[in-house]
Amino acid sequence: MSDPIIHMERIEKHFGNIIALAGVSFDVIAGECHCLLGDNGAGKSTFIKTMSGVLKPTKGDIMVDGRKVTFDSPRDAMEAGIATVFQDLAMIPLMSVTRNFFMGREPTRGIWPVRQFDVETAKRVTMDEMRKMGINLRGPDQAVGTLSGGERQTVAIARAVYFGAKVLILDEPTSALGVRQTANVLSTIDKVRKQGVGVVFISHNVRHAMAVGDRFTVLNRGRTLGTAKRGEITSEELQNLMAGGQELAALEGSLGGTV
Amino acid sequence: MTATSADIDERVKSESLMVRLMKRPELGAIAGLIVVVIFFIFTARGNMFTLSGAINILTPAAQLGILAIGASMLMIGGEFDLSIGAMMAFAGMIFGACVVTLGLPLILAIPLTLICAAIIGLINGQIVIQTGLPSFIVTLALLFILEGASLVGLKALTGGSTQLRGVRDATQEDWLAPFFSGDAFGGLFRWLAENGLVDTFNNGAPKVPGIPIEIVWAVGLTLVATFVLMRTQTGNWIFASGGDRKAAENSGVPVRSVKTGLFMFAACCAALVAVITVLDLGSTDPKRGFQKEFHAIIAAVIGGCLLTGGYGSAIGAFVGSVIFGMASIGLTFTKIDGDWFKVFLGGMLLLAVLFNNAVRKRVTGER
Ligand SMILES: Nc1ncnc2c1ncn2[C@@H]1O[C@H](COP(=O)(O)OP(=O)(O)O)[C@@H](O)[C@H]1O
Ligand SMILES: [Mg+2]
Repeated sequence: MSDPIIHMERIEKHFGNIIALAGVSFDVIAGECHCLLGDNGAGKSTFIKTMSGVLKPTKGDIMVDGRKVTFDSPRDAMEAGIATVFQDLAMIPLMSVTRNFFMGREPTRGIWPVRQFDVETAKRVTMDEMRKMGINLRGPDQAVGTLSGGERQTVAIARAVYFGAKVLILDEPTSALGVRQTANVLSTIDKVRKQGVGVVFISHNVRHAMAVGDRFTVLNRGRTLGTAKRGEITSEELQNLMAGGQELAALEGSLGGTV
Repeated sequence: MTATSADIDERVKSESLMVRLMKRPELGAIAGLIVVVIFFIFTARGNMFTLSGAINILTPAAQLGILAIGASMLMIGGEFDLSIGAMMAFAGMIFGACVVTLGLPLILAIPLTLICAAIIGLINGQIVIQTGLPSFIVTLALLFILEGASLVGLKALTGGSTQLRGVRDATQEDWLAPFFSGDAFGGLFRWLAENGLVDTFNNGAPKVPGIPIEIVWAVGLTLVATFVLMRTQTGNWIFASGGDRKAAENSGVPVRSVKTGLFMFAACCAALVAVITVLDLGSTDPKRGFQKEFHAIIAAVIGGCLLTGGYGSAIGAFVGSVIFGMASIGLTFTKIDGDWFKVFLGGMLLLAVLFNNAVRKRVTGER
């Protein structure tokens, strides 16, 4: 097993007297899909927000390539190669796919005052990257609002990968999607993983996780119940863990026990 | 930059110019303009559609247009400024004070006026951004503050009369004056007259001595604003800031700076109109720009700007201003009572809003 790109060690996050995270450890290796599972309110979003620089952990360490780091902003995390596709996607429906794709990172050419947004390059790259992900746009000017939910997820993922993400965090990308669109997003995750990106796939749906996951970590009420490798655990066992780990004792043997 | 044919999706090419134009936000305004022109062709007496008739319409339309370009950029960025009308009065006062009271040359007076306007825009922007209050209410407060300040200031400057005169005498000799007052391309029009290409008076002088300078400014600003919106990084940031502030921020767009900059730009547009009109009339008064903020916003909306931000165009705002000017002046060429103007305006606005809403739904795929 290669060294993790990012390693989160005993992360705690308190909101006043609410303990949202009570010591969660988690790591991501290049080219794997590590699923973070948990029921609603388990603390999944809170956890990945500490990983992506949106929230500062109350306690615990973050290590990137073996070095301890602190993220003061999402920018810091992005610069360390950690990109996040949040549940709200950060897409603007009124704007074209191209303009969304390059939002905040527009390619330019020429010198001021005639420095231009290089629209031609932007359009070409967008069409290429989307085609690689299996989406044929009607045109680079197509508004994001006219895309399906799954296609929007794919644009957001393609954008993150194009801009050099080493770790890609996806917060419940499939929770609002139908069967077909879910399948598309799962196949996108597979493509991204094969390019050597470490994917953190958050879900409360065990079937979606089992379809693409290499490792599985279950969060329950702000605690992790351990990490299991693919093939070491069944859907039923994961389901039980998410429900509160009543059968924890019976499952202990099958867990990797990285905590 | 050469793209091989494999790089281009065959369906991109098949999108004709017509289809691309149909998707532009100013489409509605251009259609509206055609309707209004047809209406006046049938109702107006002859001389509305001559060169001098057109100049008559375009001069006030251009003044409004400069204001509307600022307003539309700000609206695309997701904010409003109700204080731009009062800003005209305020900037007019500052400019008048610089020129008449302090006797400054235009090379100092105009930048000073623009800097004052930019500072007020900065204040507007900072209050809106720091507090998160709707720009509507913040700039409404500024409207009254600026209106009151102009009144107080002008009374102090004039010793009670509120109308500050003597601008023309003070600026007549100024080398910069031709860039902000009078007509441009006078030589061209004289040449056209000599060659019998335009109507002339009996003495041979052209009936239209040139293009009023505000038209040149409005067209120039429309082109620059359109270039910025369509072809620069800043333009993408403006659309993004107005489309969804949070999404833009998460993607690294400096939303705060963008919005503040737009407030400053809108205020400077108002100040530019103030400078032009004060030079034109030779005086300034606190009623200058009264209700112009509404006219500018109406022009921007007719031009395809969404009230919710993130969509619109500067060309549209200018066309909206031309519709506005044509309707207000055009009625005097017809037998129709001019009092119908406001009814017409309200109807036009309502139509534009309904149309824009339908466009938004189509673009966003919302049903
Ligand atoms: N900013 C906050 N302030 C207080 N409590 C919060 C905050 N954010 C999350 N929580 C709490 O932390 C817990 C975990 O939330 P979250 O991470 O969103 O769960 P999940 O994404 O797994 O559904 C919830 O009980 C939630 O109420
Ligand atoms: Mg969540």
